[in-house]
Amino acid sequence: MPVKLRVEHVRKSFGSKVVLDDVTLDVGAHQVVCLIGASGSGKSTLLRCINLLEPIDDGSIWLDGVDIAEPGHDADPVRRRVGMVFQSYNLFPHMSVLRNITLAPTKVLKRPTAEAERSAIELLERFGLDDKASAYPDQLSGGQQQRVAIVRALAMQPEIMLLDEVTAALDPVLVGEVLNVIRDMRKLGMTMVLATHEMGFAREIADRVCFLHQGRVVEQGVPEQMFSEPERPETRDFLARVIASGRL
Amino acid sequence: MNRVSEGADADASVPSRSDSHPDQLRPTQGQRPGRSRRAAYDLRQRRRSTLVAAVSTVLVVSAIAMIVPLTPGWDRVRASFFDWDTFVDSLPQLWDPFLLNLRIFAICAPCIIVVGMLVAVARNVRSPALFPLRLFATIYTDVVRGVPVILWILLIGFGVPGLFDERAWYTKSVVWGGFALVMCYSAYVAEVFRAGIEGIHESQRAASRSLGLSSSQTMRTVVLPQAVRRVVPPLMNDMVSLQKDVALVSVLGTVEALRRAQILVSQSFNFTPYVAAAVLFLCVSIPLTRLTDHLMARQRRRTSGTAVA
Amino acid sequence: MTRVPTTRFVLAAVIAGTMVLAACGDDTEESTTEETEATEPAAETPADTTAAAAADPAACAAGNTITDGVLTVATGEPAFPPYVINDATPEDGQGLEAAVAMAVAKELGFEGAAVTWVRTPFETVIAPGPKDFDFNLQQYTITAERAEVVDFSDGYYSAAQAVFGLADSSAAAATSVSELKDLNIGVAAGTTSIAYVEDVIQPTNTVQVFNDNAAAKVALESNQIDAIVSDLPTALYVTAVEIEGTKVFGQIEGSGTDQFGLLLAKDSPLTECVNLALANLEASGELAGITTTWMSEYTEAPLISAS
Repeated sequence: MPVKLRVEHVRKSFGSKVVLDDVTLDVGAHQVVCLIGASGSGKSTLLRCINLLEPIDDGSIWLDGVDIAEPGHDADPVRRRVGMVFQSYNLFPHMSVLRNITLAPTKVLKRPTAEAERSAIELLERFGLDDKASAYPDQLSGGQQQRVAIVRALAMQPEIMLLDEVTAALDPVLVGEVLNVIRDMRKLGMTMVLATHEMGFAREIADRVCFLHQGRVVEQGVPEQMFSEPERPETRDFLARVIASGRL
Repeated sequence: MNRVSEGADADASVPSRSDSHPDQLRPTQGQRPGRSRRAAYDLRQRRRSTLVAAVSTVLVVSAIAMIVPLTPGWDRVRASFFDWDTFVDSLPQLWDPFLLNLRIFAICAPCIIVVGMLVAVARNVRSPALFPLRLFATIYTDVVRGVPVILWILLIGFGVPGLFDERAWYTKSVVWGGFALVMCYSAYVAEVFRAGIEGIHESQRAASRSLGLSSSQTMRTVVLPQAVRRVVPPLMNDMVSLQKDVALVSVLGTVEALRRAQILVSQSFNFTPYVAAAVLFLCVSIPLTRLTDHLMARQRRRTSGTAVA
Repeated sequence: MTRVPTTRFVLAAVIAGTMVLAACGDDTEESTTEETEATEPAAETPADTTAAAAADPAACAAGNTITDGVLTVATGEPAFPPYVINDATPEDGQGLEAAVAMAVAKELGFEGAAVTWVRTPFETVIAPGPKDFDFNLQQYTITAERAEVVDFSDGYYSAAQAVFGLADSSAAAATSVSELKDLNIGVAAGTTSIAYVEDVIQPTNTVQVFNDNAAAKVALESNQIDAIVSDLPTALYVTAVEIEGTKVFGQIEGSGTDQFGLLLAKDSPLTECVNLALANLEASGELAGITTTWMSEYTEAPLISAS
């Protein structure tokens, strides 16, 4: 399986605080990789670095064999190929749902508005949101907003999707509908890197699970092995706490 | 393709953001049917506060109306400031100069908003290559806001035309007075816009950039529209202020409403023309301030839903 | 529970109102609601003149000044030549108005340290209420409209209105106001020059009105305006001494009837005394002497017809 994304010895600090300490991982094409770990372990930062929202201090990030983290490398084309969805949805409140989705395709990909709108409505239909096309974000529930955010990212036809704890802000009733969307994306063969607290979902959907602890990938492997027989003590500790809190 | 999340639409009923209605309690024994306990209480409170407001207003106004005429100089002050004949005489003479005030305002205000926005964006550029622009914008706002407006008007209004030998539209004092006003107010308005821009959460930029939009596209389509909506009330404040500061160009010789009022005052040795000018100014600024309040209230309703009493 | 605040508020308002009423009380110092007779600077009849000559201005003035034993004279800030030569020390009597003021003061029995000078902006004289001076002089033109609000003494000088500007102006040799119509004209606020510009010259461009003559001069120097209309003495002084390359185009025909008068508070007891003093100065020829000393250079200018 060809390697779509390779993160190699990436280091990132915020001031004196080291957040990512020598992270290396591969993501193959059409693979789903789940990042798990405690808060502050660096999951979000890693995703933001892959997307070049944060510059890395050291290391490389290879996308289809090109080091996109090289200083001076133009970030905008990279971001067209890498889609990202955030924990707090971040929809544009002054635009309708439809406009939120068509903004980037029209401005960045230069697609004609009518065509962009048609594609947008198709996507909305697929995820059961077509009746919300002219609504504004503040009229939608959290689950609906997050699904719109995912559609917005998909509208750019990315090659990889990064999802940063996208269900963490939703109440349990609404989590399910978002997870369904992610399942659908997997069925379509989307390459994804997910940071998530939903262990059950990670176990179900991931091709590989990476456990981050204090800025390092302490252990990674297939879900069956990671969740049943973790090798490292840090992993065991973390999973024990997760189980104790009833999240697994 | 299967439709996703068919059973999970528990959130179909969206919480309404319109004015909150009192909770409807089931009527208990003794309650008036059709009106809740809460609504009745609210009505009583409103009636009481209206009564208090009316009584206290009547008291204060009648106190003033009774006390002021008892002061020793009231008659001569009234004759000097509130002479009806002079008032009626002055108003028509002040009307055309006042239109000049409005014309200057109508031209300066849009310029100020545009320049202010440009300066605010310039102060916000993040790319290192554009650092000189950011520096210039910072110096501009610091220096311009550090000197009283009237001083700028005097310096620019008298100084710049003096550089030229010929007389043309670009040496007219009203033009340079207007320029000085635009320069001064843009600096203040730029700070208002800057506050608005910086008030937009970083996550909006993150989302926009993640979609592949460039920095300038992000500013234009995502950040600025939101920032502008937010700062409309303080911006309106500055506009109300500007409408009156237009009178400052009178020091350059332009005969606008204030100056014409002064001329009338010196001819008649009566201050009533000033009162007439004040009335004219109020005719414009009161609707503006009411509009500002209305916009602020509307924005509060849209962003916060319910109001805590 | 909600009744108490209302009662408390009403009570507080009533108490406050009563206190304010009590504080105002009876101020029966000077009732201003009395009928006042119109005080025009009337010409004195022969009978009055004889009587006046016999009356003593000093006796008239004694005890009637705002400060006992001191005469407070006011003029503008800054004060300009040829009316006041030394702005910092008007008490030296140099300049037409400085000299007239000191001469009148002497007639009223005040000399040297008994005369204080204060400076007032133009509009303080209009404000109703007691004044901070006994009389004020800064080229106040006597008009009937103004005389309803303040007292004027008899005139001490009359000046024509003149037009001045750059010597190379196309209108420098104008002989009629029609040649001035296309000029950008500036005047100082508060002067009667505005009326002359708007009514007699009627320029095509709106007249520009400045805070004072100083600002008008700056505008002339920075090419904002082509000409200034002011009283003739000021025009002659500015063109001769202050701004190079300027000259007086001429004086407007028929504008010499305006009289300057000393300005006093309405119904001031000193008005009569000041008029007595002025009459004495005129009779003795001192007034003419002052005028000649300070103003003889400032009276000549070609005539500009007003038609």
